[in-house]
Amino acid sequence: MERIPILKMGQVLLVTIQIDLYDRLALSLESDLVQMVKKTSAKGVLIDISAVSIVDSFLGRIFGNIASMCKILDAETVVVGMQPAVAITLIELGLPLTGVHTALDVEKGMILLNSNIETDVDTTDDLNEDDNYAF
Amino acid sequence: MVYDISKLLQKKKKSIIELWIKNQLSEAGLREDLISNEEIRQQSEELVDSLVNNLTQENITEVNSPDFDDVKDILSGISITRARQGFSPRETGAFIFGLKNALLELLQQEIKDDKESLYEATIKINRLLDSFSIVTFETFIKGREEVIIRQTDEITEISTPVIRVWDGILALPIIGTLDSARTQVVMENLLQEIVETGSSIAILDISGVPAVDSLIAQHLIKTVSATRLMGAECIISGIRPEIAQTIVHLGIDLSNIITKSTLASALKFSFQSLKLEVKRIPVKTAQ
Repeated sequence: MERIPILKMGQVLLVTIQIDLYDRLALSLESDLVQMVKKTSAKGVLIDISAVSIVDSFLGRIFGNIASMCKILDAETVVVGMQPAVAITLIELGLPLTGVHTALDVEKGMILLNSNIETDVDTTDDLNEDDNYAF
Repeated sequence: MVYDISKLLQKKKKSIIELWIKNQLSEAGLREDLISNEEIRQQSEELVDSLVNNLTQENITEVNSPDFDDVKDILSGISITRARQGFSPRETGAFIFGLKNALLELLQQEIKDDKESLYEATIKINRLLDSFSIVTFETFIKGREEVIIRQTDEITEISTPVIRVWDGILALPIIGTLDSARTQVVMENLLQEIVETGSSIAILDISGVPAVDSLIAQHLIKTVSATRLMGAECIISGIRPEIAQTIVHLGIDLSNIITKSTLASALKFSFQSLKLEVKRIPVKTAQ
């Protein structure tokens, strides 16, 4: 069976979907990705869907689900490179993918993820400092 | 005595043309601004030639005979050019009915003494020319419809320009009402342009939209959401106080959309989020 590769780049997992997804593949991607986030304790997930030209309500929901699941596992999801036709289809299907971050291309997605991760690190640092002051 | 109408017409071709052209030129609504006398003469000669050459004693009662295809082609050509030139239906009608009058006038002159033959010939010519008139009208209307379709296409093209105001900032001024079809065009153009230019901010200026109802608001929200899905930010600007009132009264929730009152303030906001700064250059005073 086909599998979509999940690449680890530092704190970020990179998924590039090079083929049109079908339901079973999308489901296996969902479970693989969640496993991988847990295993590598990644801080961010970047999904490149620039080659995906067809989506239906099921795939739209899968993207939303992946984002929510990763959020629970403390990883931000960014979907990048969505085709205009795909965006219009998702909107018409009533799936605006509200918990998902989006970016134009992988480069901008990475910048977005890194800034989010860095601010996370900063805030924890601040908290620690506060803790130190408190003691 | 049975008259052979086709032979008669062939013999009298010259005078038919003259009569017809005289009819056309004496017509009150002659459009000298749209068509010259030479052109009228040329078109008339061509049509009469083709009609007289293809007309026989047999096919005069069969208006659908393939013999008349040539005539109909010429008629359609004339009719379509006239539609594009902006002739009115009455003027185009007068053109073809002028031919009928010319033919009937000629028959009357030629078949003076035999009332019965004249009547028969008149009926036949009437039927034939009526069917030609129908062809003329059909093609005339088709020509006008083509003009209308082209204009509609042009309007949709013109009305949705996507402007690149800065590196990474697109603006889309919307003028006129937004219906579903136009929203589709606006959305497609905007998203396509975002992909092509790699812009991260799009400003949707609605100062030219006369009124916003819940449907238009829905369309706007759709466009904004689609832009967001692409990975760009969408700002709605140019919201007039009346529109703000209507939106709130209709209970439309725009709270998760960035809205600005003017294009200038939207641009300012875009500069801020792209971390750009516009500065005034200090003027050096003359010493």
